[in-house]
Amino acid sequence: MADTGYLPKEKIKDFVEALGKDATVYAPCLEGDTIIFRQYTPDKEISLDRPANTPPKAAIYPQCETLFSYEYKKDAATPQKMDVELEVNADFPKAVVFGGRPCDAKGFVVIDRVFVDTDTADPYYRKRRENTTIITKCCNGPSAGCFCVAVGGGPAHSEGSDVLMTEVDGGYYLEAVTEKGKAALGLPMVQDGASYQAKAKQTQEKATVAVKNPFPADATQKVSPELFDHGDFWQQVVSKCISCGACTFLCPTCYCFNITDEQGITKGQRIRTWDSCMFNHFTLETSGHNPRPTKYKRFRNRVGHKFYYYPEKYDGAIACCGCGRCIRYCPVSVDISEIVGYLKDPKADPKKWTVQNTKAAKD
Amino acid sequence: MTGNENPYLPELATVTKVIEETPNIKSFQVVLNDPEKMKNFRFEPGQVGQLSIFGVGESTFVINSPPTRMEYLNFSVMKAGEVTAALHGIYEGDQIGVRAPLGNWFPYEDMKGKNILFIGGGIGLAPLRTLILYMLDNRADYKDITIIYGSRTPPDLCYKDDLKEWEQRSDVNLILTVDNEYPGWEKRIGFVPTVLKEEAPKWFETIAITCGPPIMIKFVLEGLAQLNFPPESILTTLEARMKCGIGLCGRCNLGHKYVCKDGPVFTLKQLKELPSDE
Repeated sequence: MADTGYLPKEKIKDFVEALGKDATVYAPCLEGDTIIFRQYTPDKEISLDRPANTPPKAAIYPQCETLFSYEYKKDAATPQKMDVELEVNADFPKAVVFGGRPCDAKGFVVIDRVFVDTDTADPYYRKRRENTTIITKCCNGPSAGCFCVAVGGGPAHSEGSDVLMTEVDGGYYLEAVTEKGKAALGLPMVQDGASYQAKAKQTQEKATVAVKNPFPADATQKVSPELFDHGDFWQQVVSKCISCGACTFLCPTCYCFNITDEQGITKGQRIRTWDSCMFNHFTLETSGHNPRPTKYKRFRNRVGHKFYYYPEKYDGAIACCGCGRCIRYCPVSVDISEIVGYLKDPKADPKKWTVQNTKAAKD
Repeated sequence: MTGNENPYLPELATVTKVIEETPNIKSFQVVLNDPEKMKNFRFEPGQVGQLSIFGVGESTFVINSPPTRMEYLNFSVMKAGEVTAALHGIYEGDQIGVRAPLGNWFPYEDMKGKNILFIGGGIGLAPLRTLILYMLDNRADYKDITIIYGSRTPPDLCYKDDLKEWEQRSDVNLILTVDNEYPGWEKRIGFVPTVLKEEAPKWFETIAITCGPPIMIKFVLEGLAQLNFPPESILTTLEARMKCGIGLCGRCNLGHKYVCKDGPVFTLKQLKELPSDE
């Protein structure tokens, strides 16, 4: 088991197929002009050229999964009686997430704190997480909207990954981060990497300094609670949001979900699906009461969850990995980094937002 | 949680009795099918459970029988949406799922030696009932117990047998009220917050616990503030749309607190410290 290695570009397919011998491999695959994490099959084209449009979140936390199946059974002896039988879903195959970025891996770390490090751990997520090896490609530089360095990450950040791959001389320098990662480096197509180490380090450092921090230079560690509580501020910064929820579905750290029953005649499944806090019905109660009835309150909760509530609960950790997908793919260009920038501005003045809001209304 | 390692997996249970409390509220006496699990089931007053009708879904209800009476778990359900309508359609002997206990509970140890003031409206008496019965089963630990309870009309009052019993007890001061005049009703008339104002209970050495419709809670809290009750002496138990019940699914949060796991019981002081809702 090796700590480092080198993989020539032409061996990528062999490497992925070798990983796939006893595991399901999820890799960024080119489909038209989008790159989407898919279960790898040899007919697919892997692309590591830019961060995928989707994060690999679904590999460990599927968009839709069965929690358990139930079946109503008639009791032959007492025909009036119906019994129920439950069967838990325990299908957690070994998997590999290949070619995600450091931000994608950090996304899993954010979810781990909520789903694993608790007295009521999510058994589905936890078991998939344990059975998955994460092989991450370091970024050569930022894409538009990236801000990983501003939220405690970076283009060569290893948190959450088992292996880091850095692009060097027609191939990739591989570093094992964990024992799981070392096992992957033992595959036969992985060559000795020692001579590429210095070059890889240079690439990583160059990439790191190239990522811009969108927050003010003198930004405070925490968001301003005064401005955060200020409804006018939110009404103005999210007025263009169309509540489509794309930001939540493309987010590596968003984990909110719904649970519903899919019913056949006498049997069915209780399933869990991703949900979005940007939707009105997310918190709508049967009585008609909705604690977050307006768009700005829902948006505030999303930003608050990532930059205010979660840090309060988890010792300052931010529930955003700075991947920039919500900025790149927002149909109306809402920029969360800009909004958080205002909130972290030590000169943030709630009164200023009232004035701006009135002015905007007049115009 | 009912002994299951998987927190999403309900324990199968049988509804042993259905009681019609009001025209739209039914109570269900529930017993876990596994006798060992029923025997070992422990919970605290104020904790909630998720009831499942397989094929329809799950909803959260407080366990409103006290831990001092463990022959069955009592849940009261107001018919409102899909799951509650399905629950209203079940019969004695039917199978349901139970995930319990969930959430925190009333700090009944800290309330020992104090006067207790319960203020409830409608189905909001359910969570209070757990604590009232628990305190009546440990009556010597608490000083004066006052219950102000109201509903729209007399038929809408829940737990009529309990009310009858409490009314007769000399160690409980029960004040019943309905919103408007009603044929045959000879007790108080008026909204719960108004009756609270008229009764004007003393705040000193008293803990107030309130639950009811949001609008009632709002005015009760105002009324208690006028009576000088400090925010740390006022408790309420909250409702929110819930799915997981274990603090993961993300919909019942108030700031960084989750109603399902950090609640449902909060002091007014705790609620005031959470981010604004405006």
